[in-house]
Amino acid sequence: MKKIKNNKEYTYMDSVHRDGRIWNLTVMVILMAFPVVVGIIFSALPDWAAVGKGLLATAPMYWAVGVIETITYIPMLGAGGSYLSFVTGNISNLKLPCALNALENADVKAQSEEGEIISTIAIAVSSIVTTVIIIIGVALIVPLTPILSSETLKPAFDQMLPALFGGLGVVFVSKNLKLAIAPVLLMLVLFIFVPALNAGTVGIMVPVGVLFTIAYARIIYKKGWL
Amino acid sequence: MEFNVNHPILFLLVGIVVAVVLAQSVYFLVKSVRRAKKIGMEKSKIKKTIITAAIFTIAPAVSIVIAVISLSQSLGIALPWLRLSVVGSLSYEAIAASNAASGMGMKLADLVGNMSASAYLTIAIVMTISIMVGIWLVPLLAKKIQGGLVSFEKKDKKWSDILQNALFIGMISAFVGYVFCDLSRLWQSEGGVYTNADGETFASTSGLIPVLVMVAAAVVMALCGLLMKKLGWKWLNDYALPISMVLGMAAAIPLTALLGG
Repeated sequence: MKKIKNNKEYTYMDSVHRDGRIWNLTVMVILMAFPVVVGIIFSALPDWAAVGKGLLATAPMYWAVGVIETITYIPMLGAGGSYLSFVTGNISNLKLPCALNALENADVKAQSEEGEIISTIAIAVSSIVTTVIIIIGVALIVPLTPILSSETLKPAFDQMLPALFGGLGVVFVSKNLKLAIAPVLLMLVLFIFVPALNAGTVGIMVPVGVLFTIAYARIIYKKGWL
Repeated sequence: MEFNVNHPILFLLVGIVVAVVLAQSVYFLVKSVRRAKKIGMEKSKIKKTIITAAIFTIAPAVSIVIAVISLSQSLGIALPWLRLSVVGSLSYEAIAASNAASGMGMKLADLVGNMSASAYLTIAIVMTISIMVGIWLVPLLAKKIQGGLVSFEKKDKKWSDILQNALFIGMISAFVGYVFCDLSRLWQSEGGVYTNADGETFASTSGLIPVLVMVAAAVVMALCGLLMKKLGWKWLNDYALPISMVLGMAAAIPLTALLGG
């Protein structure tokens, strides 16, 4: 018998949201439990004043950025992809490019059910591979440290983001030239001439870029240029 | 029990959390693959998506291992393992940890080798709470936002497609801009040396490195596209992004040697 909710059929998407909510809240509780359990095992209490000071210095900005990032990335990641990505992290440098590349290769639209499935599969696989590689890295940290921290390889890993966005950018920009030209130019000018914009603030500029591009897209769409 | 940052109990606890996160990913993978079969998607498409995503992930995942190594010097291995497997990123975690340390009137470096359980808890709590936004906000917002997008799609299909592209382009443009953020070192240096606000010095040409790395990766990607078109190498499609990324990163090694780090 099909489950009926608000007189509407209970869809696959409804089940993604239900399962995602259960999983995310479970992980959240377990994450919070980690310091509690460590405290009980080692019979220790945190320095509450320092927790307060540390949070005051960190949380307001992170939370503000976190709220904006969540709203910005949900439409790009799809439903299943969002629940997974906001648990496993590394969204802009890994999960989202991975999903974008998968959607592009499979030639499906992000908003279609096929798109939802493809992006969820890509993000789930990426999360599993990341977690497993980190486990291997942690297990082999002693022999790996000299190799991975070597001065020879350092420049390569320092430049991962430019290399990633070079490959991804050329595909998306060339396919959407009219749409991309204004936001790319704006971001170039801002990042070159505003000293405060750097690796630490690029996360804040993503929503700015997205909002600007949507507004610009709306204008040129209305004018019939697209 | 006497505390140390690499106590086996910490690894056990982190292992449990990581196992739950891994289980969530596996659950969603199985769920979406089942759904794909049910709605009749081609098996080959699913298989390709899985292989491409796995290959693409290797290099970024190794860079996360490097982040674990760099944080492990002060925090031990277990906590960075946890923080970078669940939600975190190196820049966020390093700042959160050092803010917690300065709340205790110390620097993170002071704690190397003599971290008490209390200091460890303080840092772990600040790191965990600071980063914990999306994990509960997605359950609150995802259904509403996705529902909104679907109704957009029904109202004006063409605009909905453009909107989706605009989102992606907006994100990519911010990162393209970021690649150029140190270019101004070229004209803000004295005698070929640029000094930043913290007194660190860099070669004036160092800002060109990310730009040239991006160009190298873009050229490789364009070449892959050309090979696919001219020679019909369709299989290359699945590997083009990881190939361009890894070759771009490899180009960074001589470029850094040449233009100064």
